[in-house]
Order: sequence, then C-alpha cells, then structure tokens
Amino acid sequence: MLIVAERINASRKAVRAALEAQDAAAIQQEARAQAAAGAHYIDVNGGTFPGREPELLSWLVDVVQEVTDRPLCLDSPDAQALAAALPRVKARPVMLNSINLERERFDRILALAVEYRAKVIALCQGEGVPASSAAQKVELASELVERLTRAGLPLDDLYVDPLVFPLGTDPESGVATLEAIERIMRGFPGVHTICGLTNVSHGLPARKLVNRTFLVAAMGRGMDAAIVDPTDAQLMSAIQAAEAVLGRDEYCMGFIEAFRDGRIVA
Amino acid sequence: MTATIETVKDWVIRGKKNEAVAAVRAALAAGVDPAALMKDGLIAAMSVVGQKYSSGEFFLPQMMIAARAMTEAVGVLKPHLVGVAAEKKGKAVVGTVAGDFHDIGKNIVKMMLEGAGYEVVDLGVDVAPEKFVAAVQGEAPRFVLMSALITLTMESMRRTIAALHDAGMRGKVVVGVGGAPLTQKFADEIGADFYGEDAYACVETCNRMLQ
Repeated sequence: MLIVAERINASRKAVRAALEAQDAAAIQQEARAQAAAGAHYIDVNGGTFPGREPELLSWLVDVVQEVTDRPLCLDSPDAQALAAALPRVKARPVMLNSINLERERFDRILALAVEYRAKVIALCQGEGVPASSAAQKVELASELVERLTRAGLPLDDLYVDPLVFPLGTDPESGVATLEAIERIMRGFPGVHTICGLTNVSHGLPARKLVNRTFLVAAMGRGMDAAIVDPTDAQLMSAIQAAEAVLGRDEYCMGFIEAFRDGRIVA
Repeated sequence: MTATIETVKDWVIRGKKNEAVAAVRAALAAGVDPAALMKDGLIAAMSVVGQKYSSGEFFLPQMMIAARAMTEAVGVLKPHLVGVAAEKKGKAVVGTVAGDFHDIGKNIVKMMLEGAGYEVVDLGVDVAPEKFVAAVQGEAPRFVLMSALITLTMESMRRTIAALHDAGMRGKVVVGVGGAPLTQKFADEIGADFYGEDAYACVETCNRMLQ
C-alpha cells in the first residue's frame, strides 16, 4: 500500500500559519513525523495565497528536502506552480497531484509529467459537473488512462483517483466509488488507484472511523494507494491489518513487524 | 394524531418526510391556517435545524434530510397558499463561482437563508461573472453571496465583483463571500462587503444588514 502523507497542506490552519510566517521548522517537524510514521511520499501543498503558489510550493520543496529524502508529491492544480517547484526536487520519481480532464490543466500538467518522468495522480473529473456514478467515474478513468499512456506515461506511474464525495450529502457515493475502483483495477491491469479520505466523512461525526472504514473497504476492491495522515496510528494499523486480511502480506510478516515495532493500535 | 403546527415543525426537524407531509395534510383538514403552517411550522423548523447545525448539535445529513422533508411538505402546502402573500425578508442571489463545482457550502447557505425567510435565487455552480451580473440586473436582489472551495477559484470572486462594478451594479447590492479557503483579509482585498465565516454567520450578517 503506497502511503502519500497529506499533512503539509495549506488548507490546514497550522500549515497556513507556517507558510505565512515562513516557519521552516514547523514544516520540517511535519515532514519528519510523517516520514517516521511510514510515509512513502510527502505531499506538499502551498495553495491558499492567490498568486503566491509558485513561490510557496518551491519553498516547501526546499524546506522539506532539508530533513528527509523521501520523494515528494507536489500538490497543485496549477501547472505554473508545479513548473516552478519541479526543477528543485531532488528525489525521483516525483509525484504530481494532480491532473484531470480539464483541457488546459491536462495539457500543461501532462507536459510536465513527461518532462520529469513523474508519477501522476489522475482525478476522474472533466470539464463539467462531478462524476457521481460508478459508470461516469469509470468512463473518465478510461479516458485518462488512454490519453496519458498514449502520451508515453507508463501505466505503473498512473494513480487514478475516482473521487469519493461526502456521504453526508451523497449517500450513494461510497458504493459508486468502490465499484469504480474495482472496475478500473480490472480494466487496466498494472494501473494504480488512490483516494483522499477526508471528503467521504465531511459533515459526519467520528470522521476518522468513517475514513478508515471506507479505506479498508476500498482496499478490498483493489485500491493500492492512499492520501492519508500516516501519524494517525489507528488508521495505519487498519491498513496494516487489511493488507494481511487481503492476502497482500505474506505470512502476516509486515503486520507482525509493525506490532513488534509498537506501531499497531488494537 | 393531533395535527398541529408544532407536530409539523417537529417532523421536519426530525427529517421524516412522510410524517411531515401527513401532518401538513391533517392540519389543513383540521382548518389550520396555511400561512401560519408555513411560517411557524416549516420555516420555523428549518430555522431550528440551521441553529442546531451551526452549534454542532446536528450533523450535515440531518440538515439535508430535514430540508428534504421541508421541500416535500411545501409541495403539499403550496396550492393552499395561493393568494396568501408569503412574507419575505429580502432576496438573495447565491452561487458557486466560475471554475468551482463545489455546492455543499452554497446549498447550506441557501437552506439557512430560506429557513430564515429569504427569497433565494440559486445560480448553481461554476457561475460566470456575467451570470451574476445578469441575475443582479434581472432579480434586483439585496444580496449577492458567492462561494468558493478552492484557492484557484477565489480569483473568480474578484472578477465577479469587478464585473458588477463595470456594469454599474456594484452599489446596488451587498456582496458576501465565503468558503473554506477564504479569509476576512481576502474579502477585504477584493472589495466584498462581508465575509461569512460559516453559513450561520452569513445569514446573521444578512439579518443585521437588513435592520
């Protein structure tokens, strides 16, 4: 299971404050904690100050790389911000979060992905209203996979995000997303699927419980990557246990090792 | 069942649409005044729901299901309200700005405004500046309320305010903005009249401005 660590995101108050104050130590603390907790990729998002994103994303890249050699996931819908930050990235392959089927965004971010041989998170999202049914999500996924591989990106570098919507306003979104994950994984052997989790529980109580329940269900349908907070021990424990349950952890050795390391919360 | 205004209000708050509709029918049959049923039953119920949501007592799905019950109940009540001028507080145009398809926040504001007795014109999502301008020209609202959930589309708010200005309509409406990535600072910078920190704050500010 590929873990993309989500905490360095300007939508979080503490990170926004650190960005505003150019507080490198606060960002680096987040980076270290997430790397230590098992992050494979560290996501960096500097996007709440209009117009300053290229500068802030570049700053985040520099600051995070000073304390960890984990590869980065550059998080912005803005090709300009990605283009500014990409040349500074040291660890390869870098991941881009994200591309979708909006015309301009697709063309510009694809060009960057090709140039830097980046892994890409591809959102099932077109120009119009969000795709809510499984069929719509799969249709957009197919178009993304076809166009991105035709441009030369290997299937193994594509992480398709079917986009789950809040159960609080769309009670069918959970099943539609799970169904889409299964169909995408079957339809394009070798491709990856990924999901951000916070959306699914928006407006509900006990959100973390809902998030990890959804995550385990998605893993059961084949999802092999997630954008999560790796410092959430309960969530990481659920992932570890799910890997064993789903037969993706030979002799449960990963689970046992995590337990011995004190990383499993029962 | 004793079908009173209170019964109707209670079922709407609890989000039970079938019961709410049955209660409206029973109340009408028992001769309860339709206008009172609307104002003290349905609108009052949504006001309670809005307060409970704002205070954290209610979760989002409870708000959604109450709104569904309200809509169903209004459908039954409406034919009986013909000729009764429903008293409206003021008119508001709401929409999620150009490039942005997030409608949850905008819909919550809409529900709470309607619950508070406003007439709401909902322009939907991905609303271009010209569409806001046209709505202001055509509807003559007191308020224009814009929502954005992503940083990139916050700029659409600036463009919409500029478009209102260019069309000579800026002075005719109160512009409110809101959404997760927004700040008071940004609202000031783009020349909005107010920033609503959440849906409840937005409605409260509208109420205050009407006084």
